[in-house]
Amino acid sequence: MNESQAPKSSFRERFLRPLVVPVLAILTSLIVVAIIIIITAENPLIGLEKVGTGYWGIIDGALLSPRGLVNTLVATAPLILTGIAVAIPFHAGLFNIGAEGQFMIGALLGTVVGIYIDLPPVIHIIVTILAGITGGVIWGLIPGVLRAWLGSHEVINTIMLNFIAIALTNMIIRNYIKDPNPSTVQSLPLLETAQLARIPFPGVASSRLHLGFFIAVLVAIAAWYFLYKTTWGFSLRTTGLNPDAAKYAGIRPKWQYVLSFMIAGGIAGLAGIMEVQGLPRVLPVGFNAGYGFTAIAVSLLALNNPLAVIPAALIFGLLTVGGDYLQIRAGLSVHIVSIFRALILLFVAAPEIVRYIYRIKVKPEEAEGVPIPRTRWGS
Amino acid sequence: MSDTPVLEARGLTKRFPGVLANDQVNLTLMKGEVHALLGENGAGKTTLMNMIYGFYHPTEGEILVNGQPARMESPNEAIAKGIGMVHQHFMLIPVMSVTENIMLGLGETRGFEVKIPEALRRVLRVVLALIFLLFIFVFFQAKVYWAALLILAALVLGSLVLLPLLRRMDRINVAKRVRELSESYNLAIDPDDIIKDLSVGIQQRVEIIKALYRNADILILDEPTAVLTPQETEEFFVTIRNLQDQGTSIIFISHKLKEVLAIADRITVLRDGRNVGTVLPEEATEASLAEMMVGRTVILQVDKSKAHPGDVVLEVKDLRVEDERGQIAVDGLSLEVRAGEILGIAGVQGNGQRELVEGLTGLRPIVSGEVRIDNKESTHLLPRKISEIGVAHIPEDREKHGLVMGYSVADNLVLNRYYQAPYARGPVLDHNQIASNGQALVEKFDVRTPSVETLAGNLSGGNKQKVIVAREFSRPVKLLIANQPTRGIDVGSIEFIHNQIVDQRDSGSAVLLVSAELDEILSLADRVAVMFEGRIVKTLPIEEATRERVGLLMAGVDA
Repeated sequence: MNESQAPKSSFRERFLRPLVVPVLAILTSLIVVAIIIIITAENPLIGLEKVGTGYWGIIDGALLSPRGLVNTLVATAPLILTGIAVAIPFHAGLFNIGAEGQFMIGALLGTVVGIYIDLPPVIHIIVTILAGITGGVIWGLIPGVLRAWLGSHEVINTIMLNFIAIALTNMIIRNYIKDPNPSTVQSLPLLETAQLARIPFPGVASSRLHLGFFIAVLVAIAAWYFLYKTTWGFSLRTTGLNPDAAKYAGIRPKWQYVLSFMIAGGIAGLAGIMEVQGLPRVLPVGFNAGYGFTAIAVSLLALNNPLAVIPAALIFGLLTVGGDYLQIRAGLSVHIVSIFRALILLFVAAPEIVRYIYRIKVKPEEAEGVPIPRTRWGS
Repeated sequence: MSDTPVLEARGLTKRFPGVLANDQVNLTLMKGEVHALLGENGAGKTTLMNMIYGFYHPTEGEILVNGQPARMESPNEAIAKGIGMVHQHFMLIPVMSVTENIMLGLGETRGFEVKIPEALRRVLRVVLALIFLLFIFVFFQAKVYWAALLILAALVLGSLVLLPLLRRMDRINVAKRVRELSESYNLAIDPDDIIKDLSVGIQQRVEIIKALYRNADILILDEPTAVLTPQETEEFFVTIRNLQDQGTSIIFISHKLKEVLAIADRITVLRDGRNVGTVLPEEATEASLAEMMVGRTVILQVDKSKAHPGDVVLEVKDLRVEDERGQIAVDGLSLEVRAGEILGIAGVQGNGQRELVEGLTGLRPIVSGEVRIDNKESTHLLPRKISEIGVAHIPEDREKHGLVMGYSVADNLVLNRYYQAPYARGPVLDHNQIASNGQALVEKFDVRTPSVETLAGNLSGGNKQKVIVAREFSRPVKLLIANQPTRGIDVGSIEFIHNQIVDQRDSGSAVLLVSAELDEILSLADRVAVMFEGRIVKTLPIEEATRERVGLLMAGVDA
C-alpha cells in the first residue's frame, strides 16, 4: 500500500484522538492503584471502602474545599513551568532531565538578589525574577553548549548538573547566606520589596495563593505561541523533527539546541525563584522538592504541548496535595501517590501498554505515541 | 519447464478501508522464470507481494504454490513453502557477520540440548503464574520469609523452563553451508565479513543467500536495482541468470523499463491495482510499457530546444571537500555553469558527487578552493545565505534532507522561506499565507495530496519529490543544483520533473544536474562532465557524449 490516506483535520482528529492515551493512562493507573490498595488491606471489603474514601478524599479535599484548591494551585504553578522546561527541549529533539538543577540555581541566584540588593518595591520583584531566570539560563546553557559543540549527551550532563546544583545551593546557604538564627538551616529572608504578593481567596483565611500560578499560565500560553506561531518555534521544531532537513533549510541545529536549553533553563529558573518569593520567602537547605523530575511526567502526559501542560500539571498538583487527604481520611500511606505518579508516567511513556489493554488500533504512522527524542551519542 | 506454475495468484483482491489496493489480480510464475512486475508507485505491486509473502491476507482470491492452494498466515509459512523475499531496504544487522545474519531467527544449534516434555512445560508455566500471583499478595502483606521462599521457587522452576533455550549457536556449519551456496550459485561472498564493511551490492547478495539458505525456490526481489550502481546492476543480472539456471523462479519488481526488458522472460504490468496485461519482452518497447503503466502516451525523450548559454553563474576552482571519514572526496575540482544551460555530472556513485553538491550548497565545509556564484565570492557562506542568493537545491536524499515528514505539505513548501515575508511578519508566522501558498503550489505542480494539511510522510515518493521541486522552483532561481532528482520515482513524475528542469533552463537559470542514471544525463544535459575519484575527468558537449564514451570515462579511462 503506497497510496496515502487523508488524515482528516477535523476536531475529532486534532483534539480528541491525542487525548485517548493520556486519559486511559490516568484511568488505568487509578484502577491499578485501587487493586494495590485492596490487596494490601486487612480484607478486600475494607480495601474497597478505603479506595472509595481515599479517592473521594483527594477530590473533595484538594479540589472542592477552598483551602485545598488554593494549595493545589500553589503546587501546580512550579509544575507548569518545569513541565514546559521539559517540553520545549523535547521539540528540539533533546531530553531535559535537568529542570531540577535549573530550578535550584534559579532559586539561589534570585534569592541572593532578593536579600542583598536594595531596590524600590516593584522593580525589586522584577529584578529578583530576572536574576532567577538568569540562573536557570546559565544552568541550561551548560548542557546545551556541551551537546551542540562537543556532542556529549544532554541526559547524562543534566543529571550530573542536578547533583551539582543541589549541593552547590546547600553549600552556599550554609556558608554564605545563612540566617544567623542557629535553630534553622535556611537563608536570610528576602527583603519585603522582593516578595511576591499573596492573593486573597474567598473562604480561605490566610491564602497561600500568590502571583506565581498566574505567571505560570501566562508563560504556558507564551510558550505555545512561541512554538507554533513564530518562526523561532518553527526552526526549533524543524530541528527536532529532522536536523538534516533543518540544516538544508538554513537553520543551524547547534544554535537551536543551545536556544532550547536556555529557554528551558530560564523557565525552570523562574519556577525556582517564584517558589521562594511566593511561599517561604527564605531558601531552606533541601529546597528541592523534585518538581524537575515530576515535570518529565507532566510533559509526557501533555504530549509535550505547552497548553496541555496546564491540565497535566494540575493533575500532578492535585495528587501532591491529595496525598495528605489520602492519609487523613482513608489512613493510607502518602506513598500511594508516588505509585500513582509512577504508573501514569509508565503508561504514558509506553503507550503500547495502554493500546494493548484497551485494544486500540492505530495507523502505523501514529504508532510512535509520545515523541521521545532518540538522540544518538556523539552526533 | 513443467506445465504447473510454481506460483499462481487467482483473482487476488485486497481492500483497505477506503482503498482498493489490488483488484482481481492474476499472476502465474513458471519454474525457472524471471517474471517482472512493473508499475508506478502506488499501483499495488508491494501489496500483491505482501499477500504472497504472508504479510497481508487477500480479501478475495487464492494463491497456489505448485498447484496446491496455500493460505499463508505469516511470512514464516511463506518461507516454509519455499518463497523468499529480498526487500528494497535490507533487513540486515550491520555489526554482525554474514553468517550471523543468515542464522538470525533460524535457531541453528549444535551440542547439548535439554529436552523437557511439552506437557511438563505447560504445567510449569501455570505453576509459575500461580507463584507470581501468590508473591504479589505476600509481598504487599510484608511477609518477608514467604516472599523469599517464593522467589527461590520461581528461580528454580523458571530455569527449568528456560534451560531448553540455552543452546550453542552453530556458526561453523552455517558458514560452511553459506560457502557451498555461494559457490554453487556463483555469488562470491565471505561468510565471516561484517555487514557494514560490505558494499550495497554485496549486501544484496547476502539477502539472496539468506533466502536460498532457507531453501527458497521462489524469490521475490523488490526493486533490487534501486540501490545499485550501473556496474553492480550488471553483476546483479549475472546473479539472476545463475539463479535461473539452477531452477529458481524469480519475481522482479521494478519500474525501470530498460532493466525489465533486459532481464525478464515475461512482464506483467499493474496499474491502479489491476493487472493491465502480461507481455513478452520481445513484443514490448519502453514506450509501450510506459504507456501501459501510466495509461496514456508518455514521452520518454525530453523535448528541448538548443541551449543559449549566457554569463557564467557558477564558477568552481580547485575545490576540495572531505567526506564523513575525513578523506578527501572532492579533490581539486573545477567547473563552470552558464545561465541557460544544463551541465550534467555523470559518474559512478561515490566518486565525490554528494560531497561536491553539499560543499556548493554550504552543507559541508569546504577545505580549500573557491566558489563564485553570480560572480560573487561564495565559498564559505552559510546554507541560508546561499539559498538567498538564488540557489535552488534538490537534495539527493529527499527523506533525509528535503522534507520534514512530520510537517504538513504546506509547511514543507515554505521550509526554507518561512522566515521571510509574506510567510512571516517579524517573528510571527502567517499560517494563512503558508496555507494559500501551499494550495497554489499543489495545484501548479500537480502534487497528489488529499490536502495541504496532509503530513509529507504520507505522500508517495513521486509526490514527495514534487513537493521539493515545487518549493525550489517557486522562487527566483539563478542556479539550480539537482542531485538525483528522479531517483526511485514513477515514470509520470519523472516526465514532469524533467520538463520542469528544462523550463528552468529556458527561463535563464544555470542548472547543475548530478545523476547516476546515464540516460537522464544524456537526455537532459547540454554539456556532460564526467566525475571520477573527486575530479572532472572530461567535459563533453552533448553531441560528443555517446553512451560508450561516457561509460569509459566513468571508469576513469580517458579515450
